[in-house]
Amino acid sequence: MPLDKAAVEHVALLARLNLSETEKTEFARQLSSILGYVDKLQELNTDQVRPLVNILSANNVLRDDEERPRPLSREELLANGPSVEAAQFKVPKIL
Amino acid sequence: MELWELTLQQMIGQLNSRCISSAELAESVYEHTEKTDKAVKAFITLADKDKIMEQARLCDTEAFRGIKGIPYGLKDIFCTRGLKTTCASHILDNFIPPYNATVVNKLNEQQGIILGKLNMDEFAMGSSTEQSAFFPTHNPWDLERVPGGSSGGSAAAVAAGEIPFSLGTDTGGSIRQPAAYCGVVGLKPTYGRVSRWGVIAFASSLDQVGVFSKTVTDCAIVMNIIAGHDPLDSTSVNIERPDYTRFLNADIKGLRIGVPKEYFQQGIQAGVKEEVKKALKFYESSGALVEEISLPHTEYALPAYYLVAPAEASANLARFDGVRYGWRNTGKDNILDMYSHTRAEGFGDEVKRRIMLGTYALSSGYYDAYYLKALKVRTLIYQDFMKAFENLDVIISPTTPSTAFKIGEQIGDPLTLYLNDILTVPVNMAGLPGISIPCGLSDGLPVGMQIIGKAFDEGTILKTAYAFEQNSGFHIKLPHPEVI
Repeated sequence: MPLDKAAVEHVALLARLNLSETEKTEFARQLSSILGYVDKLQELNTDQVRPLVNILSANNVLRDDEERPRPLSREELLANGPSVEAAQFKVPKIL
Repeated sequence: MELWELTLQQMIGQLNSRCISSAELAESVYEHTEKTDKAVKAFITLADKDKIMEQARLCDTEAFRGIKGIPYGLKDIFCTRGLKTTCASHILDNFIPPYNATVVNKLNEQQGIILGKLNMDEFAMGSSTEQSAFFPTHNPWDLERVPGGSSGGSAAAVAAGEIPFSLGTDTGGSIRQPAAYCGVVGLKPTYGRVSRWGVIAFASSLDQVGVFSKTVTDCAIVMNIIAGHDPLDSTSVNIERPDYTRFLNADIKGLRIGVPKEYFQQGIQAGVKEEVKKALKFYESSGALVEEISLPHTEYALPAYYLVAPAEASANLARFDGVRYGWRNTGKDNILDMYSHTRAEGFGDEVKRRIMLGTYALSSGYYDAYYLKALKVRTLIYQDFMKAFENLDVIISPTTPSTAFKIGEQIGDPLTLYLNDILTVPVNMAGLPGISIPCGLSDGLPVGMQIIGKAFDEGTILKTAYAFEQNSGFHIKLPHPEVI
């Protein structure tokens, strides 16, 4: 199914990507081509097939709820923040 | 012979018997790398020479153990404490992790020396290392060609003799394909065999950490260090790790090898087919039982992969939002604009393309038709392998449809580039282990042979690879002398 520019804009908003007009046109074309290719999957009847969600027949991994030593200090955790103030990550206004 | 030319096994032997010192080895390796990497450009970050030499001299003051004093390289996707980790992306080009990945800790415990961080396609999305946000890496066999990807720097550095081994990651072929293009050994272990803690995630149901090396023996030595359960990675499996070096004997009489007919169709280069068929003749003449098999859903693996992997990537890469680490566009005064400008300017084209594709495949109204459908097809691919392995020990095929292509040749059309992974992707979809070993040359370029094994049976893969290597002697061949 071809993807039009409006659909690209909707997906870009969901993905938090501010695309340029050129990118929108280019992605509409390229994604349509990729989606055309993956449509090949519709050739297969999978009505009776269960989805493979996890390759390991993994059980949930649990541990006791005990306090563990903290390997990193607050300073180390904050060190990569682009904007830090009063030991917190600072962001532009939300409301 | 220069010291940098030694294999890992030889370095261990000579350091252990004190024929050489760590300082002599580090000096040789560093000088060779500084010179060679001007042309190959495998490293994003090369550690400071004084620091490397200091570590090596310290190693010389104590008894040898493990891989003490031996330099190695890491794909720039592994978090390294205090050492910049970029994932070859602008969005992380100032990121200095406060901790090490588990595998890095394991190599540190054996006192290996990190020579540096290696180039890759941005966030491991690509098959040529041309998608690095910084620069392309060149194939040491022909500098005008790509080294493959996404772990292209890891493969090229080993091929050029810059390091005896390196680590990479493989989501759809990102270890095996560059190993094939660069003529080195590249192992993708079983999903769950090696810890991924501290490895920047791409597609979590597919990603696995693995090894590049000059020889199969060296691969087994490194696997002995990195494999095993990690309580910090809930997808790492808690079963015993065998001593992989114990599988290395060349007696393969009675080994049952399956050759999937589908892996020899689909536009495979004649020269590639020919070299792999020659290798199969060797196995037959050594007493292995080689039979043609069918993996009927092979052609559906790649389209299913290009839904599953981008879908998981779109979720994993949501964390890059300019808040806690990485680059931020500081010119925006509301948070939505800050997110969407930071991400649009921080990510490269291929990453954005896959985030868009994955977001679409997971979005309301399309989930069942795309993502769920792909997971169902994944079951069929898995079942193909399970059925085949009822009567087989290993499956052998070419690793890639062609030898290394030229830089720039495939960059225009994303779909054409994706087809490079057609023979490696099914293995990730089924979570199985696979190795690529060099099996010959076609027009002067290395051809890779892929050996696929049962889950957690890396041992039989290594044994099968070792038998061929001992016979072919290909592992001692070096790329073009002008390059190194």
